[in-house]
Amino acid sequence: MATYATGLQVEPLTIPFPAPAHLKHAIARLHSVTKRYENTTALDNVTLNLYPGEVVALLGPNGAGKTTAVRLLLGLIAPTSGSVRVMGRDPRDASARTGIGAMLQITRVPETLKVREHIDWFRSYYPTPLPAGEIVRIAKLEGLENKLYGKLSGGQRQRVLFGLALAGNPDLIFLDEPTVGMDIESRRGLWEQIRWLASQSKTVLLTTHYLEEADALASRVVVIDKGRVIAEGTPAQIKQRVSGRRIRCITELDEEFLMALPSVVKVERDREAVIVTAHEAELVVREMLLSDVTLRGLEISAPGLEDAFLALTGKNQPTN
Amino acid sequence: MATAVLNARRQTLGFSYYVRVLRQEIRYEFLKMLRLRAFSLSVVGFPVMFYLLFGVANRHTDFARYLLASYSCFGMIGASLFGLGAGIAMERMQGWLELKLASPMPRLAYLAAKTVSCSAFALIIVALLITLGVTLGGVAMTPAEVLKLAGITLAGALPFASMGLLLSLVMPATAAPGIINLIYLPMSFLSGLWMPLNMLPHWMQKIAPALPTYHYAQLALNIFGYAQPGGSMSGHWEALVGFTCLMLGAAWLIFTRTEAKA
Repeated sequence: MATYATGLQVEPLTIPFPAPAHLKHAIARLHSVTKRYENTTALDNVTLNLYPGEVVALLGPNGAGKTTAVRLLLGLIAPTSGSVRVMGRDPRDASARTGIGAMLQITRVPETLKVREHIDWFRSYYPTPLPAGEIVRIAKLEGLENKLYGKLSGGQRQRVLFGLALAGNPDLIFLDEPTVGMDIESRRGLWEQIRWLASQSKTVLLTTHYLEEADALASRVVVIDKGRVIAEGTPAQIKQRVSGRRIRCITELDEEFLMALPSVVKVERDREAVIVTAHEAELVVREMLLSDVTLRGLEISAPGLEDAFLALTGKNQPTN
Repeated sequence: MATAVLNARRQTLGFSYYVRVLRQEIRYEFLKMLRLRAFSLSVVGFPVMFYLLFGVANRHTDFARYLLASYSCFGMIGASLFGLGAGIAMERMQGWLELKLASPMPRLAYLAAKTVSCSAFALIIVALLITLGVTLGGVAMTPAEVLKLAGITLAGALPFASMGLLLSLVMPATAAPGIINLIYLPMSFLSGLWMPLNMLPHWMQKIAPALPTYHYAQLALNIFGYAQPGGSMSGHWEALVGFTCLMLGAAWLIFTRTEAKA
Protein backbone atom coordinates (compact mmCIF):
# COMPACT_ATOMS: atom_id res chain seq x y z
CA MET A 1 0.00 0.00 0.00
CA ALA A 2 1.20 3.43 -0.87
CA THR A 3 0.42 6.31 1.41
CA TYR A 4 0.16 9.74 -0.09
CA ALA A 5 0.44 13.12 1.54
CA THR A 6 -3.31 13.37 1.77
CA GLY A 7 -2.96 10.62 4.32
CA LEU A 8 -5.33 8.52 2.29
CA GLN A 9 -4.20 5.08 1.39
CA VAL A 10 -4.40 3.70 -2.06
CA GLU A 11 -4.75 0.04 -2.65
CA PRO A 12 -2.64 -1.82 -5.17
CA LEU A 13 -3.31 -0.64 -8.67
CA THR A 14 -5.25 -3.40 -10.33
CA ILE A 15 -8.89 -3.78 -9.58
CA PRO A 16 -10.07 -6.42 -12.01
CA PHE A 17 -13.25 -5.18 -13.63
CA PRO A 18 -15.49 -8.20 -13.93
CA ALA A 19 -17.17 -8.15 -17.31
CA PRO A 20 -20.67 -9.56 -16.97
CA ALA A 21 -21.05 -12.72 -19.01
CA HIS A 22 -23.43 -11.20 -21.56
CA LEU A 23 -21.10 -8.29 -22.15
CA LYS A 24 -18.04 -10.23 -23.07
CA HIS A 25 -17.84 -9.02 -26.64
CA ALA A 26 -16.31 -5.58 -26.59
CA ILE A 27 -17.89 -3.21 -29.09
CA ALA A 28 -14.65 -1.26 -29.24
CA ARG A 29 -11.21 -1.91 -27.87
CA LEU A 30 -7.74 -0.56 -27.58
CA HIS A 31 -5.37 -3.45 -27.06
CA SER A 32 -1.87 -2.67 -25.65
CA VAL A 33 -1.90 0.55 -27.60
CA THR A 34 1.07 2.85 -27.50
CA LYS A 35 0.95 6.15 -29.32
CA ARG A 36 4.18 8.06 -29.56
CA TYR A 37 4.76 11.46 -31.06
CA GLU A 38 8.22 12.70 -31.87
CA ASN A 39 9.36 12.99 -28.29
CA THR A 40 6.28 12.44 -26.20
CA THR A 41 4.35 9.31 -25.44
CA ALA A 42 0.66 10.15 -25.48
CA LEU A 43 -0.51 6.64 -24.62
CA ASP A 44 1.64 3.97 -23.06
CA ASN A 45 0.48 0.38 -23.45
CA VAL A 46 -3.19 1.12 -22.84
CA THR A 47 -5.84 -1.54 -22.99
CA LEU A 48 -9.43 -0.34 -22.90
CA ASN A 49 -12.56 -2.31 -23.70
CA LEU A 50 -15.98 -0.81 -24.24
CA TYR A 51 -18.88 -3.19 -23.77
CA PRO A 52 -22.31 -2.72 -25.37
CA GLY A 53 -24.62 -0.47 -23.42
CA GLU A 54 -22.20 0.96 -20.90
CA VAL A 55 -21.27 4.58 -20.30
CA VAL A 56 -17.55 4.77 -19.67
CA ALA A 57 -15.90 7.92 -18.42
CA LEU A 58 -12.29 8.34 -19.38
CA LEU A 59 -11.16 10.57 -16.58
CA GLY A 60 -7.87 12.36 -16.35
CA PRO A 61 -6.14 15.72 -16.14
CA ASN A 62 -5.34 17.74 -19.24
CA GLY A 63 -2.72 16.07 -21.38
CA ALA A 64 -3.39 12.63 -19.88
CA GLY A 65 -4.07 11.10 -23.31
CA LYS A 66 -7.88 11.10 -23.30
CA THR A 67 -8.29 12.79 -26.65
CA THR A 68 -5.59 10.60 -28.19
CA ALA A 69 -7.58 7.53 -27.13
CA VAL A 70 -10.74 8.91 -28.75
CA ARG A 71 -8.92 9.88 -31.94
CA LEU A 72 -7.49 6.36 -32.18
CA LEU A 73 -10.93 4.81 -31.75
CA LEU A 74 -12.31 7.10 -34.42
CA GLY A 75 -9.57 6.06 -36.83
CA LEU A 76 -8.30 9.61 -37.13
CA ILE A 77 -4.80 8.49 -36.14
CA ALA A 78 -2.99 5.18 -36.14
CA PRO A 79 -1.34 3.63 -33.09
CA THR A 80 2.44 3.34 -32.92
CA SER A 81 1.92 -0.20 -31.68
CA GLY A 82 -0.98 -2.31 -30.50
CA SER A 83 -4.36 -2.76 -32.12
CA VAL A 84 -7.56 -0.72 -32.32
CA ARG A 85 -10.83 -2.41 -33.15
CA VAL A 86 -14.31 -0.96 -33.43
CA MET A 87 -17.15 -3.41 -34.05
CA GLY A 88 -14.56 -5.92 -35.01
CA ARG A 89 -12.97 -3.75 -37.65
CA ASP A 90 -10.21 -1.22 -38.06
CA PRO A 91 -11.83 2.18 -37.46
CA ARG A 92 -9.80 3.59 -40.34
CA ASP A 93 -12.10 1.56 -42.56
CA ALA A 94 -15.03 3.82 -43.53
CA SER A 95 -17.61 1.07 -43.13
CA ALA A 96 -16.65 0.74 -39.46
CA ARG A 97 -17.67 4.36 -38.97
CA THR A 98 -21.28 3.96 -40.03
CA GLY A 99 -22.26 2.88 -36.51
CA ILE A 100 -20.28 5.56 -34.70
CA GLY A 101 -21.06 9.13 -33.71
CA ALA A 102 -18.69 11.68 -32.26
CA MET A 103 -18.66 15.03 -30.58
CA LEU A 104 -15.14 16.43 -30.66
CA GLN A 105 -13.44 19.35 -28.98
CA ILE A 106 -13.05 22.83 -30.49
CA THR A 107 -15.29 21.99 -33.36
CA ARG A 108 -16.84 24.92 -35.08
CA VAL A 109 -19.10 24.02 -37.92
CA PRO A 110 -19.69 26.38 -40.85
CA GLU A 111 -21.63 29.37 -39.58
CA THR A 112 -23.51 30.18 -42.76
CA LEU A 113 -25.74 27.13 -42.73
CA LYS A 114 -28.93 26.70 -40.75
CA VAL A 115 -29.32 24.08 -38.04
CA ARG A 116 -31.77 22.15 -40.23
CA GLU A 117 -29.29 22.16 -43.12
CA HIS A 118 -26.42 20.95 -40.97
CA ILE A 119 -28.51 18.05 -39.73
CA ASP A 120 -29.66 17.17 -43.24
CA TRP A 121 -26.06 17.36 -44.50
CA PHE A 122 -24.59 15.14 -41.81
CA ARG A 123 -27.40 12.60 -42.07
CA SER A 124 -26.47 12.01 -45.71
CA TYR A 125 -23.16 10.41 -44.65
CA TYR A 126 -24.93 7.50 -42.98
CA PRO A 127 -26.78 4.65 -44.66
CA THR A 128 -29.48 4.47 -41.94
CA PRO A 129 -29.68 7.87 -40.28
CA LEU A 130 -32.08 8.98 -37.58
CA PRO A 131 -35.00 11.03 -38.92
CA ALA A 132 -34.16 14.74 -38.77
CA GLY A 133 -37.14 15.40 -36.49
CA GLU A 134 -35.85 12.84 -34.00
CA ILE A 135 -32.43 14.51 -33.92
CA VAL A 136 -34.02 17.91 -33.33
CA ARG A 137 -36.12 16.51 -30.51
CA ILE A 138 -33.36 14.56 -28.78
CA ALA A 139 -30.80 17.36 -29.02
CA LYS A 140 -33.46 19.89 -27.89
CA LEU A 141 -33.14 22.05 -30.97
CA GLU A 142 -36.86 22.77 -31.42
CA GLY A 143 -37.41 26.29 -32.68
CA LEU A 144 -33.79 26.68 -33.74
CA GLU A 145 -34.03 24.71 -37.01
CA ASN A 146 -34.04 27.78 -39.22
CA LYS A 147 -31.37 29.71 -37.37
CA LEU A 148 -27.89 30.05 -38.81
CA TYR A 149 -25.27 28.22 -36.77
CA GLY A 150 -23.30 31.46 -36.48
CA LYS A 151 -26.21 33.10 -34.64
CA LEU A 152 -26.48 30.45 -31.92
CA SER A 153 -25.25 30.75 -28.34
CA GLY A 154 -22.46 28.54 -27.03
CA GLY A 155 -24.81 26.08 -25.36
CA GLN A 156 -27.01 25.85 -28.46
CA ARG A 157 -23.95 25.18 -30.62
CA GLN A 158 -22.95 22.30 -28.38
CA ARG A 159 -26.45 20.90 -28.75
CA VAL A 160 -26.12 21.05 -32.53
CA LEU A 161 -22.82 19.16 -32.29
CA PHE A 162 -24.52 16.64 -30.05
CA GLY A 163 -27.26 16.30 -32.65
CA LEU A 164 -24.69 15.69 -35.39
CA ALA A 165 -23.12 12.96 -33.24
CA LEU A 166 -26.51 11.20 -33.28
CA ALA A 167 -27.19 11.75 -36.99
CA GLY A 168 -26.27 8.23 -38.06
CA ASN A 169 -28.25 6.54 -35.28
CA PRO A 170 -24.97 5.20 -33.88
CA ASP A 171 -24.54 2.33 -31.42
CA LEU A 172 -21.31 3.80 -30.16
CA ILE A 173 -20.87 7.46 -29.32
CA PHE A 174 -17.70 9.30 -28.41
CA LEU A 175 -18.06 12.52 -26.48
CA ASP A 176 -14.73 14.29 -26.07
CA GLU A 177 -15.04 16.78 -23.21
CA PRO A 178 -18.59 17.62 -24.25
CA THR A 179 -19.35 20.04 -21.43
CA VAL A 180 -16.16 22.10 -21.42
CA GLY A 181 -17.03 25.77 -21.33
CA MET A 182 -20.74 25.15 -20.76
CA ASP A 183 -22.71 26.94 -18.09
CA ILE A 184 -24.23 24.80 -15.36
CA GLU A 185 -27.68 24.71 -16.91
CA SER A 186 -26.43 23.56 -20.32
CA ARG A 187 -24.20 21.01 -18.64
CA ARG A 188 -27.11 19.50 -16.71
CA GLY A 189 -29.09 19.48 -19.94
CA LEU A 190 -26.41 17.50 -21.72
CA TRP A 191 -26.13 15.11 -18.80
CA GLU A 192 -29.79 14.37 -19.20
CA GLN A 193 -29.25 13.63 -22.88
CA ILE A 194 -26.33 11.33 -22.12
CA ARG A 195 -28.49 9.47 -19.61
CA TRP A 196 -31.10 9.15 -22.31
CA LEU A 197 -28.50 7.58 -24.60
CA ALA A 198 -27.66 5.12 -21.84
CA SER A 199 -31.34 4.27 -21.49
CA GLN A 200 -31.39 3.43 -25.21
CA SER A 201 -28.52 0.98 -24.54
CA LYS A 202 -26.10 3.00 -26.61
CA THR A 203 -22.45 2.63 -25.73
CA VAL A 204 -20.90 5.93 -24.73
CA LEU A 205 -17.28 6.86 -24.15
CA LEU A 206 -17.10 10.18 -22.41
CA THR A 207 -13.86 11.97 -21.70
CA THR A 208 -13.87 14.50 -18.95
CA HIS A 209 -11.75 16.09 -16.31
CA TYR A 210 -14.77 16.81 -14.19
CA LEU A 211 -15.01 14.17 -11.50
CA GLU A 212 -18.56 15.18 -10.80
CA GLU A 213 -19.46 14.38 -14.38
CA ALA A 214 -17.89 10.93 -14.29
CA ASP A 215 -19.62 10.23 -11.02
CA ALA A 216 -22.99 11.38 -12.29
CA LEU A 217 -23.00 9.61 -15.63
CA ALA A 218 -20.62 6.72 -15.87
CA SER A 219 -21.28 3.08 -15.18
CA ARG A 220 -17.53 2.63 -15.27
CA VAL A 221 -14.64 5.02 -14.79
CA VAL A 222 -11.21 4.59 -16.32
CA VAL A 223 -8.68 6.90 -14.74
CA ILE A 224 -5.85 7.79 -17.03
CA ASP A 225 -2.78 9.87 -16.31
CA LYS A 226 0.36 10.50 -18.32
CA GLY A 227 -0.78 8.05 -20.95
CA ARG A 228 -1.38 5.14 -18.60
CA VAL A 229 -4.50 3.62 -17.16
CA ILE A 230 -4.03 3.92 -13.42
CA ALA A 231 -7.39 2.70 -12.19
CA GLU A 232 -10.61 1.27 -13.51
CA GLY A 233 -13.93 0.43 -11.90
CA THR A 234 -17.35 1.77 -10.98
CA PRO A 235 -17.34 5.24 -9.41
CA ALA A 236 -17.95 3.54 -6.05
CA GLN A 237 -15.01 1.19 -6.56
CA ILE A 238 -12.75 4.08 -7.43
CA LYS A 239 -13.81 5.88 -4.26
CA GLN A 240 -13.19 2.76 -2.22
CA ARG A 241 -9.64 2.79 -3.46
CA VAL A 242 -9.06 5.54 -1.00
CA SER A 243 -9.62 4.37 2.53
CA GLY A 244 -9.98 6.45 5.66
CA ARG A 245 -12.30 9.25 6.65
CA ARG A 246 -11.68 12.85 7.50
CA ILE A 247 -12.63 14.23 10.89
CA ARG A 248 -12.76 17.99 11.12
CA CYS A 249 -13.37 19.81 14.40
CA ILE A 250 -12.28 22.64 16.66
CA THR A 251 -10.45 21.20 19.64
CA GLU A 252 -7.83 22.05 22.24
CA LEU A 253 -6.13 18.69 21.83
CA ASP A 254 -2.61 18.97 20.49
CA GLU A 255 -1.39 17.33 17.34
CA GLU A 256 0.91 14.83 19.02
CA PHE A 257 -1.94 13.49 21.10
CA LEU A 258 -4.16 13.13 18.06
CA MET A 259 -1.45 11.46 16.03
CA ALA A 260 -1.04 8.87 18.77
CA LEU A 261 -4.70 7.82 18.63
CA PRO A 262 -5.34 4.45 16.98
CA SER A 263 -5.53 4.28 13.18
CA VAL A 264 -4.76 7.98 12.68
CA VAL A 265 -2.65 8.51 9.58
CA LYS A 266 -2.55 12.23 9.36
CA VAL A 267 -3.26 15.41 11.31
CA GLU A 268 -3.36 18.82 9.70
CA ARG A 269 -4.46 22.33 10.63
CA ASP A 270 -7.10 24.22 8.76
CA ARG A 271 -7.37 27.71 10.27
CA GLU A 272 -8.85 27.28 13.76
CA ALA A 273 -9.84 23.67 13.08
CA VAL A 274 -7.92 20.45 12.86
CA ILE A 275 -8.40 17.72 10.30
CA VAL A 276 -7.66 14.18 11.35
CA THR A 277 -7.56 11.38 8.80
CA ALA A 278 -8.18 7.96 10.26
CA HIS A 279 -9.27 4.51 9.20
CA GLU A 280 -11.44 3.92 12.23
CA ALA A 281 -13.12 7.26 12.60
CA GLU A 282 -15.63 6.13 15.27
CA LEU A 283 -12.89 5.05 17.65
CA VAL A 284 -10.92 8.24 17.19
CA VAL A 285 -13.96 10.49 17.61
CA ARG A 286 -14.95 8.70 20.83
CA GLU A 287 -11.47 9.24 22.27
CA MET A 288 -11.43 12.87 21.20
CA LEU A 289 -14.83 13.63 22.75
CA LEU A 290 -13.81 11.98 26.01
CA SER A 291 -10.56 13.93 26.15
CA ASP A 292 -11.93 17.33 25.19
CA VAL A 293 -15.35 18.42 26.43
CA THR A 294 -15.04 21.72 24.57
CA LEU A 295 -14.73 20.01 21.21
CA ARG A 296 -17.16 21.55 18.68
CA GLY A 297 -17.91 21.90 14.97
CA LEU A 298 -17.48 18.20 14.40
CA GLU A 299 -17.72 16.97 10.81
CA ILE A 300 -16.90 13.55 9.47
CA SER A 301 -16.67 12.94 5.74
CA ALA A 302 -15.80 10.09 3.42
CA PRO A 303 -13.31 10.83 0.70
CA GLY A 304 -14.96 11.86 -2.54
CA LEU A 305 -13.97 10.91 -6.02
CA GLU A 306 -11.91 14.08 -5.95
CA ASP A 307 -9.69 12.73 -3.18
CA ALA A 308 -9.41 9.39 -4.90
CA PHE A 309 -8.46 11.09 -8.11
CA LEU A 310 -5.81 13.23 -6.48
CA ALA A 311 -4.39 10.24 -4.69
CA LEU A 312 -4.45 8.10 -7.83
CA THR A 313 -2.89 10.62 -10.13
CA GLY A 314 -0.27 11.37 -7.51
CA LYS A 315 -0.83 15.09 -7.64
CA ASN A 316 0.32 15.03 -4.04
CA GLN A 317 3.84 13.76 -3.61
CA PRO A 318 4.06 10.27 -2.10
CA THR A 319 5.43 10.21 1.43
CA ASN A 320 6.78 6.73 1.88
CA MET B 1 -27.19 -8.97 -28.94
CA ALA B 2 -23.83 -7.54 -29.78
CA THR B 3 -23.46 -9.77 -32.81
CA ALA B 4 -26.91 -8.80 -34.06
CA VAL B 5 -25.88 -5.18 -33.95
CA LEU B 6 -22.66 -5.94 -35.77
CA ASN B 7 -24.43 -7.85 -38.50
CA ALA B 8 -27.00 -5.15 -39.04
CA ARG B 9 -24.19 -2.68 -39.60
CA ARG B 10 -22.29 -4.84 -42.02
CA GLN B 11 -24.00 -3.37 -45.00
CA THR B 12 -22.05 -2.36 -48.03
CA LEU B 13 -22.50 1.18 -49.15
CA GLY B 14 -24.06 1.01 -52.58
CA PHE B 15 -23.96 3.24 -55.63
CA SER B 16 -27.09 5.17 -54.63
CA TYR B 17 -25.45 6.00 -51.31
CA TYR B 18 -22.48 7.62 -53.06
CA VAL B 19 -24.73 9.51 -55.44
CA ARG B 20 -26.75 10.87 -52.52
CA VAL B 21 -23.66 11.85 -50.54
CA LEU B 22 -22.14 13.66 -53.48
CA ARG B 23 -25.37 15.48 -54.28
CA GLN B 24 -25.84 16.66 -50.70
CA GLU B 25 -22.16 17.56 -50.35
CA ILE B 26 -22.23 19.74 -53.48
CA ARG B 27 -25.52 21.32 -52.53
CA TYR B 28 -24.48 22.40 -49.04
CA GLU B 29 -20.90 23.21 -49.95
CA PHE B 30 -22.14 25.62 -52.62
CA LEU B 31 -24.81 27.10 -50.35
CA LYS B 32 -22.24 27.57 -47.60
CA MET B 33 -19.79 29.34 -49.91
CA LEU B 34 -22.55 31.47 -51.43
CA ARG B 35 -23.69 32.68 -48.01
CA LEU B 36 -20.14 33.36 -46.88
CA ARG B 37 -19.98 36.87 -48.25
CA ALA B 38 -16.27 37.29 -47.58
CA PHE B 39 -15.84 34.52 -50.14
CA SER B 40 -18.61 34.98 -52.68
CA LEU B 41 -18.43 38.77 -52.95
CA SER B 42 -14.67 38.90 -53.39
CA VAL B 43 -14.32 35.90 -55.66
CA VAL B 44 -17.08 37.11 -57.99
CA GLY B 45 -16.62 40.81 -57.31
CA PHE B 46 -12.96 41.23 -58.21
CA PRO B 47 -12.98 39.90 -61.79
CA VAL B 48 -16.23 41.74 -62.46
CA MET B 49 -14.94 44.99 -61.01
CA PHE B 50 -11.65 44.70 -62.90
CA TYR B 51 -13.51 44.03 -66.09
CA LEU B 52 -15.69 47.10 -65.57
CA LEU B 53 -12.62 49.22 -64.87
CA PHE B 54 -10.33 47.98 -67.62
CA GLY B 55 -12.52 46.12 -70.11
CA VAL B 56 -15.71 48.13 -70.32
CA ALA B 57 -13.69 51.34 -70.14
CA ASN B 58 -11.96 50.26 -73.36
CA ARG B 59 -15.17 49.30 -75.13
CA HIS B 60 -15.15 48.24 -78.76
CA THR B 61 -11.41 47.52 -78.56
CA ASP B 62 -9.37 44.31 -78.58
CA PHE B 63 -8.81 45.01 -74.92
CA ALA B 64 -12.44 44.38 -74.06
CA ARG B 65 -12.26 40.99 -75.82
CA TYR B 66 -8.86 40.06 -74.44
CA LEU B 67 -9.83 40.79 -70.84
CA LEU B 68 -13.10 38.92 -71.20
CA ALA B 69 -11.09 35.75 -71.73
CA SER B 70 -8.35 36.48 -69.23
CA TYR B 71 -10.64 37.58 -66.37
CA SER B 72 -12.69 34.40 -66.84
CA CYS B 73 -9.50 32.48 -66.09
CA PHE B 74 -8.69 34.87 -63.25
CA GLY B 75 -12.12 34.12 -61.75
CA MET B 76 -11.71 30.35 -61.91
CA ILE B 77 -8.22 30.50 -60.38
CA GLY B 78 -9.40 32.75 -57.55
CA ALA B 79 -12.45 30.62 -56.76
CA SER B 80 -10.34 27.45 -56.63
CA LEU B 81 -7.45 28.82 -54.61
CA PHE B 82 -9.71 30.50 -52.06
CA GLY B 83 -12.44 27.87 -52.11
CA LEU B 84 -10.17 24.90 -51.61
CA GLY B 85 -6.97 26.45 -50.26
CA ALA B 86 -8.38 28.79 -47.66
CA GLY B 87 -11.57 26.75 -47.25
CA ILE B 88 -9.90 23.48 -46.30
CA ALA B 89 -7.25 25.18 -44.16
CA MET B 90 -10.01 26.93 -42.21
CA GLU B 91 -12.14 23.83 -41.78
CA ARG B 92 -9.13 21.91 -40.57
CA MET B 93 -8.28 24.56 -38.00
CA GLN B 94 -11.84 24.71 -36.70
CA GLY B 95 -12.01 20.97 -36.26
CA TRP B 96 -14.93 20.71 -38.67
CA LEU B 97 -12.86 18.66 -41.11
CA GLU B 98 -11.90 16.26 -38.35
CA LEU B 99 -15.53 15.74 -37.43
CA LYS B 100 -16.31 14.96 -41.07
CA LEU B 101 -13.36 12.61 -41.29
CA ALA B 102 -14.65 10.76 -38.23
CA SER B 103 -17.90 10.14 -40.12
CA PRO B 104 -18.19 7.67 -43.00
CA MET B 105 -18.11 10.56 -45.50
CA PRO B 106 -16.18 9.44 -48.58
CA ARG B 107 -12.99 11.53 -48.74
CA LEU B 108 -13.30 12.07 -52.46
CA ALA B 109 -16.83 13.47 -52.15
CA TYR B 110 -15.46 16.24 -49.94
CA LEU B 111 -12.86 17.33 -52.50
CA ALA B 112 -15.13 16.79 -55.48
CA ALA B 113 -17.91 18.89 -53.95
CA LYS B 114 -15.54 21.75 -53.29
CA THR B 115 -14.17 21.57 -56.83
CA VAL B 116 -17.65 21.49 -58.34
CA SER B 117 -18.80 24.39 -56.15
CA CYS B 118 -15.81 26.49 -57.19
CA SER B 119 -16.55 25.66 -60.82
CA ALA B 120 -20.11 26.87 -60.30
CA PHE B 121 -18.71 30.17 -59.07
CA ALA B 122 -16.47 30.31 -62.14
CA LEU B 123 -19.51 29.81 -64.38
CA ILE B 124 -21.31 32.64 -62.59
CA ILE B 125 -18.27 34.84 -63.20
CA VAL B 126 -18.05 33.88 -66.88
CA ALA B 127 -21.79 34.57 -67.33
CA LEU B 128 -21.49 37.99 -65.71
CA LEU B 129 -18.38 38.90 -67.70
CA ILE B 130 -19.95 37.86 -71.01
CA THR B 131 -23.10 39.83 -70.19
CA LEU B 132 -21.04 42.91 -69.35
CA GLY B 133 -18.82 42.43 -72.38
CA VAL B 134 -21.69 42.06 -74.81
CA THR B 135 -23.91 44.79 -73.36
CA LEU B 136 -21.42 47.40 -72.18
CA GLY B 137 -18.08 46.40 -73.67
CA GLY B 138 -19.16 46.22 -77.28
CA VAL B 139 -17.88 42.67 -77.63
CA ALA B 140 -19.51 40.50 -80.26
CA MET B 141 -19.46 36.77 -79.52
CA THR B 142 -20.79 33.80 -81.43
CA PRO B 143 -22.63 31.11 -79.42
CA ALA B 144 -19.69 28.79 -80.18
CA GLU B 145 -17.29 31.26 -78.60
CA VAL B 146 -19.50 31.52 -75.53
CA LEU B 147 -19.51 27.75 -75.12
CA LYS B 148 -15.78 27.50 -75.73
CA LEU B 149 -15.01 30.18 -73.17
CA ALA B 150 -17.20 28.47 -70.56
CA GLY B 151 -15.61 25.11 -71.38
CA ILE B 152 -12.00 26.29 -71.24
CA THR B 153 -12.72 28.15 -68.01
CA LEU B 154 -14.06 24.96 -66.46
CA ALA B 155 -10.97 23.08 -67.60
CA GLY B 156 -9.06 25.15 -65.05
CA ALA B 157 -11.04 23.61 -62.19
CA LEU B 158 -8.87 20.54 -61.73
CA PRO B 159 -5.39 22.12 -61.98
CA PHE B 160 -6.19 25.00 -59.65
CA ALA B 161 -8.30 22.97 -57.25
CA SER B 162 -5.25 20.70 -56.94
CA MET B 163 -3.09 23.72 -56.26
CA GLY B 164 -5.60 24.91 -53.66
CA LEU B 165 -5.52 21.50 -52.01
CA LEU B 166 -1.74 21.54 -51.82
CA LEU B 167 -1.76 25.07 -50.36
CA SER B 168 -4.34 24.06 -47.75
CA LEU B 169 -1.96 21.43 -46.47
CA VAL B 170 1.00 23.74 -46.04
CA MET B 171 -0.60 27.02 -44.95
CA PRO B 172 -1.71 28.00 -41.46
CA ALA B 173 -5.41 28.85 -41.75
CA THR B 174 -5.13 32.32 -40.27
CA ALA B 175 -2.52 33.36 -42.84
CA ALA B 176 -4.21 31.61 -45.77
CA PRO B 177 -5.96 34.54 -47.48
CA GLY B 178 -2.79 36.64 -47.33
CA ILE B 179 -0.56 33.86 -48.65
CA ILE B 180 -3.00 33.03 -51.44
CA ASN B 181 -3.15 36.65 -52.55
CA LEU B 182 0.64 36.82 -52.55
CA ILE B 183 0.73 33.91 -54.97
CA TYR B 184 -2.45 34.50 -56.93
CA LEU B 185 -2.09 38.17 -57.82
CA PRO B 186 1.56 38.27 -59.01
CA MET B 187 1.07 34.98 -60.85
CA SER B 188 -1.98 36.36 -62.64
CA PHE B 189 -0.19 39.56 -63.55
CA LEU B 190 2.89 37.74 -64.86
CA SER B 191 0.76 35.43 -66.97
CA GLY B 192 -0.90 38.26 -68.82
CA LEU B 193 -4.27 38.02 -67.13
CA TRP B 194 -4.47 41.73 -66.41
CA MET B 195 -2.85 43.08 -69.54
CA PRO B 196 -1.44 41.51 -72.68
CA LEU B 197 1.98 39.97 -72.15
CA ASN B 198 3.65 42.04 -74.84
CA MET B 199 2.94 45.16 -72.78
CA LEU B 200 5.07 43.79 -69.95
CA PRO B 201 8.85 44.20 -69.68
CA HIS B 202 10.77 41.64 -71.67
CA TRP B 203 12.18 39.77 -68.65
CA MET B 204 8.71 39.32 -67.26
CA GLN B 205 7.55 37.77 -70.49
CA LYS B 206 10.29 35.16 -70.06
CA ILE B 207 8.90 34.06 -66.69
CA ALA B 208 5.36 33.50 -68.01
CA PRO B 209 5.84 30.04 -69.61
CA ALA B 210 6.93 28.70 -66.21
CA LEU B 211 3.52 29.55 -64.73
CA PRO B 212 0.45 27.29 -65.00
CA THR B 213 -1.76 30.37 -65.21
CA TYR B 214 0.00 31.38 -68.43
CA HIS B 215 -0.82 28.11 -70.17
CA TYR B 216 -4.38 28.26 -68.92
CA ALA B 217 -4.85 31.82 -70.15
CA GLN B 218 -3.36 31.00 -73.54
CA LEU B 219 -6.02 28.36 -74.08
CA ALA B 220 -8.77 30.87 -73.32
CA LEU B 221 -7.17 33.69 -75.31
CA ASN B 222 -6.85 31.39 -78.31
CA ILE B 223 -10.66 31.45 -78.63
CA PHE B 224 -10.40 35.09 -79.71
CA GLY B 225 -7.12 34.61 -81.55
CA TYR B 226 -5.02 36.41 -78.92
CA ALA B 227 -2.70 33.55 -78.00
CA GLN B 228 1.02 34.29 -78.14
CA PRO B 229 2.31 33.62 -81.62
CA GLY B 230 4.22 30.37 -81.96
CA GLY B 231 2.55 28.69 -78.93
CA SER B 232 1.10 25.22 -79.39
CA MET B 233 -2.28 24.57 -77.82
CA SER B 234 -1.49 20.92 -77.17
CA GLY B 235 1.63 22.09 -75.35
CA HIS B 236 -0.52 24.28 -73.10
CA TRP B 237 -2.86 21.37 -72.36
CA GLU B 238 0.09 19.16 -71.53
CA ALA B 239 1.51 21.82 -69.24
CA LEU B 240 -1.80 21.97 -67.34
CA VAL B 241 -2.02 18.20 -67.05
CA GLY B 242 1.58 18.03 -65.84
CA PHE B 243 0.94 20.80 -63.32
CA THR B 244 -2.15 19.00 -62.00
CA CYS B 245 -0.18 15.78 -61.51
CA LEU B 246 2.60 17.69 -59.77
CA MET B 247 0.18 19.41 -57.38
CA LEU B 248 -1.75 16.23 -56.58
CA GLY B 249 1.45 14.25 -56.15
CA ALA B 250 2.91 16.81 -53.75
CA ALA B 251 -0.40 17.02 -51.86
CA TRP B 252 -0.50 13.23 -51.57
CA LEU B 253 3.08 13.11 -50.28
CA ILE B 254 2.52 15.80 -47.68
CA PHE B 255 -0.80 14.32 -46.61
CA THR B 256 0.58 10.82 -46.08
CA ARG B 257 3.61 12.19 -44.25
CA THR B 258 1.54 14.27 -41.84
CA GLU B 259 -0.85 11.36 -41.38
CA ALA B 260 2.05 9.08 -40.48
CA LYS B 261 3.21 11.62 -37.92
CA ALA B 262 -0.27 12.31 -36.53
